[in-house]
Amino acid sequence: MTSRAMTLAGLFLLLLTPGTGGSQVPGTDGAGDHGGPHGLDGHGANATNKAFPVLSFDYKHVQMPFEISLWVLLASLMKLGFHLIPRLSSIVPESCLLIVVGLLVGGLIRVVGEDPPILGSQLFFLCLLPPIILDAGYFLPIRPFTENVGTILMFAVVGTLWNAFFVGGLLYGVCQLEGTHLGRVDLMACLLFGSIISAVDPVAVLAVFEEIHINELLHILVFGESLLNDAVTVVLYHLFEEFAAAGGVTIKDVFLGIVCFLVVALGGILVGAIYGVLAAFTSRFTSHTRVIEPLFVFLYSYMAYLSAEVFHLSGIMALIACGAVMRPYVEANISHKSHTTIKYFLKMWSSVSETLIFIFLGVSTVAGQHHWNWTFVICTVILCLVARVLGVVGLTFMINKFRIVKLTTKDQFIIAYGGLRGAIAFSLGYLLDKVHFPMRDMFLTAIITVIFFTVFVQGMTIRPLVDLLAVKKKQETKRSINEEIHTQFLDHLLTGIEDICGHYGHHHWKDKLNRFNKKYVKKCLIAGERSKEPQLIAFYHKMEMKQAIELVESGGGVKIPSAMPSTVSMQNIQPKKPTERALPQLSKSREEEIRKILRTNLQKTRQRLRSYNRHTLVADPYEDGWNDMFLKRRRVMELGKKISELNNYLTVPAPAPDSPTMARARLASEFQPLYIKPKSDSIPTIQVDLASPQSPDSVNMVDEFNKPSKPTEAEEEEGLMMKAPSSSADQKERKRDKEDGVEQQRLARCLSDPGPSAEDDEDEPFLP
Amino acid sequence: MGAFHSNPAEQTYRDLAEKTGFSVEQIWILHNRFKQLSHDEEMLRRDDFKAIPDLACNPIRSQIIEAFFDQRNFQTNSDGTAHEIGFEEFLTVMSYFRPPSLNMTQEEKEDLRRAKLRFLFNMHDTDNDGTITLEEYRHVVEELLSRSGAIGQETAKGITDAAMLEVASTSVGHMGPDDVYEGITFEHFLKVCHPFPAVKGKLQLILTAFVHTLFPHYRPRLYIGYTGVHWA
Repeated sequence: MTSRAMTLAGLFLLLLTPGTGGSQVPGTDGAGDHGGPHGLDGHGANATNKAFPVLSFDYKHVQMPFEISLWVLLASLMKLGFHLIPRLSSIVPESCLLIVVGLLVGGLIRVVGEDPPILGSQLFFLCLLPPIILDAGYFLPIRPFTENVGTILMFAVVGTLWNAFFVGGLLYGVCQLEGTHLGRVDLMACLLFGSIISAVDPVAVLAVFEEIHINELLHILVFGESLLNDAVTVVLYHLFEEFAAAGGVTIKDVFLGIVCFLVVALGGILVGAIYGVLAAFTSRFTSHTRVIEPLFVFLYSYMAYLSAEVFHLSGIMALIACGAVMRPYVEANISHKSHTTIKYFLKMWSSVSETLIFIFLGVSTVAGQHHWNWTFVICTVILCLVARVLGVVGLTFMINKFRIVKLTTKDQFIIAYGGLRGAIAFSLGYLLDKVHFPMRDMFLTAIITVIFFTVFVQGMTIRPLVDLLAVKKKQETKRSINEEIHTQFLDHLLTGIEDICGHYGHHHWKDKLNRFNKKYVKKCLIAGERSKEPQLIAFYHKMEMKQAIELVESGGGVKIPSAMPSTVSMQNIQPKKPTERALPQLSKSREEEIRKILRTNLQKTRQRLRSYNRHTLVADPYEDGWNDMFLKRRRVMELGKKISELNNYLTVPAPAPDSPTMARARLASEFQPLYIKPKSDSIPTIQVDLASPQSPDSVNMVDEFNKPSKPTEAEEEEGLMMKAPSSSADQKERKRDKEDGVEQQRLARCLSDPGPSAEDDEDEPFLP
Repeated sequence: MGAFHSNPAEQTYRDLAEKTGFSVEQIWILHNRFKQLSHDEEMLRRDDFKAIPDLACNPIRSQIIEAFFDQRNFQTNSDGTAHEIGFEEFLTVMSYFRPPSLNMTQEEKEDLRRAKLRFLFNMHDTDNDGTITLEEYRHVVEELLSRSGAIGQETAKGITDAAMLEVASTSVGHMGPDDVYEGITFEHFLKVCHPFPAVKGKLQLILTAFVHTLFPHYRPRLYIGYTGVHWA
């Protein structure tokens, strides 16, 4: 597949070369097909009657978009190809393969004689980087991030500073040595180089770490560091650039540098937060124009990035702040489909961006003019590694005094080893002015070498090392309702204890922030009723929704909300009520039969990975095709017919129209999983309980029972449901059961599945 | 350690330090806080807790206050509730929130963790029958949602049911249709809480009280930083 793609790409590229010649078809004015008639008119006076040009070749006016599309297509085909080769993707991280492809393509272009494009800083910083950062920021797991923010900031700020000065300073020392012929490189230039090369790169980190699935703590530490060190990099870069141009450094300049850092970092965050609030506010009013909701998210974020860049503030931090601030409010306001759209678009763009970045890195390596200096390059690589290790070890020693969960040696090793450099370093180096920095080519060569080293060597070996060291992997547990309850309970408990101690700690301020958020901010930014919904309820609804959809997809089988299939059901939990009437007993064999049938349809709860892994986009129950549902429904109908022979029935209350929130609240209170209740006469009762979104299409199921002749029709309309042909003897009991059902709160709903066409008008905003 | 004169108070502090695991300085700070809350009386009552202004907005305030008066938490093998508590009981309850000290063995850390989870369990199990029944759990969830009015009541039931089911499924696995799951016992509770990273690291508070903010007139200033005792 790769080779085919390569030849295809090669062919396309060969086509490009004569393209520069423009149109040379006789009879046209260079305006292509459209010029035909004019051409005829214009040349009408001539003696020779030129033929009407049926087909003409004009490449020039589509050249730019054509080439861009071609590159993106190539990148996507490469990605496709890698995953088709089974073993390759497990040994070599994708980033390495893409760089190799880039090298090959660059070589190919060179061979053809063209000038391969270089990863221009404009292209990189304005087009390729923002989607990746927005994807990271929007889906940033806030809780682990805020819990570790102190550690992350230490690594990002102090660690990067240490790296920059260590590498820069020692390189200067090396340059001053006699034998290296590097005397021209002065201190400022070295420090500038150090600051460029010292920053851990988020793109490379993401690309490698996503594939190794380490535990959440390490992931958020390294990744958070790579995001937050942008402010430091920006400041140091501009600072040293200025100094190198100006010549001298005074104490005042150093002080201004520190002030500049604070301004850059905080300013970036502020800009991002402002745009985030604007986006949240805008999303409050989009209930009538659902289709463009995702657009607001993207546009506001991009504007935040660009606005920050205007003032030379940290664009990355602005983007992260914007995404993180707007997310809780936007997700409460937008429709479920918009949420899906945003997620998929972000993943798609960031994936393509990342691929393009690595390919372009490869191409730029071939394209650039290099100045290879053995000493400089080797020293750079070694110094980078040493600086990183020393920095991490030293900082961890200091940080562990403040941490509850200490960082072990293994953790430190992974953090140090995961400090990958990437395209940001290259682009910053590329931005250097050739006039002021005559050694720019040497710098670029060294930067590329370091990037290659970290991505290839460290990227490829980190996975076996993680396995070797038995680093804790990511736990694949679904966040359960119990965990949510306990987490909230603990938060309040610890806040309360802090209040009793009289000590204003971390929990106290967090609690104050939450209360402020609830009281003022949510009211402004979230539309309607949803602003009042507490977090626990929101979480519960989300969980319910997922389970409801899973229930439909599992073909109507037994669905118990637990990770393990077990026969525990609601009746085991409920205390025996004295008002329980004598129920018909089912013979044991029949019960077993029913249980067997239902259990064969039981599907295990899918394990959900709790991260935004770009490569394996989580199979979200929302996303699965509606087509599959139709097939499953057919299967369910067959099953239903089988069971209906055993005389089942369904108790359903009358659905009442009301607001979405009340509907959801009702759903919540009535949601109970499937269970079998033994009855006194041989009627096994299987009450299917399915949470469903209240839609105007749901039919009053009570009425349905009075029309036993049309079970299939109702099934067509209502999706998952098991109907029973009723006999007159059962009617009375059923009616009684209906009332009792309400009392005993064993209510059920049908899942209304009007299908994709009907959904255009119903676009109920689901809580995420 | 300078200016502490040897006096009976210090001896009591040292005994308490042995018993609860706090350092003498931390006990000193907490004693001052105790005296402040109880208005210089010997015993602390529920009303004194209710008078703390910040605690008023806490949804589980009553449960927290009850925990201080619950005799099961006093490590004296007694039951029931007390009307008022002395400083020793106050300190004992607070000791559930101290982090494991660096020189603890693995076994001691396990014991501490178990004690903390037992404290949490006792907070839920109000009738002291050793299990958290559905009603008690529902009460917990209702308290958590107590600020959300009518919606909270209905939803609490649904949430509790789902949560209980989950605990039962994970701890018991297979139950026949006639078995009744009585409630969450302490062992089940441990099992449920075990994988939660939030719970593992969370139940501790690092006491860094800046004394001079509470007692501006006291000299010399004493504060306990993260790394030990310092004189300012």
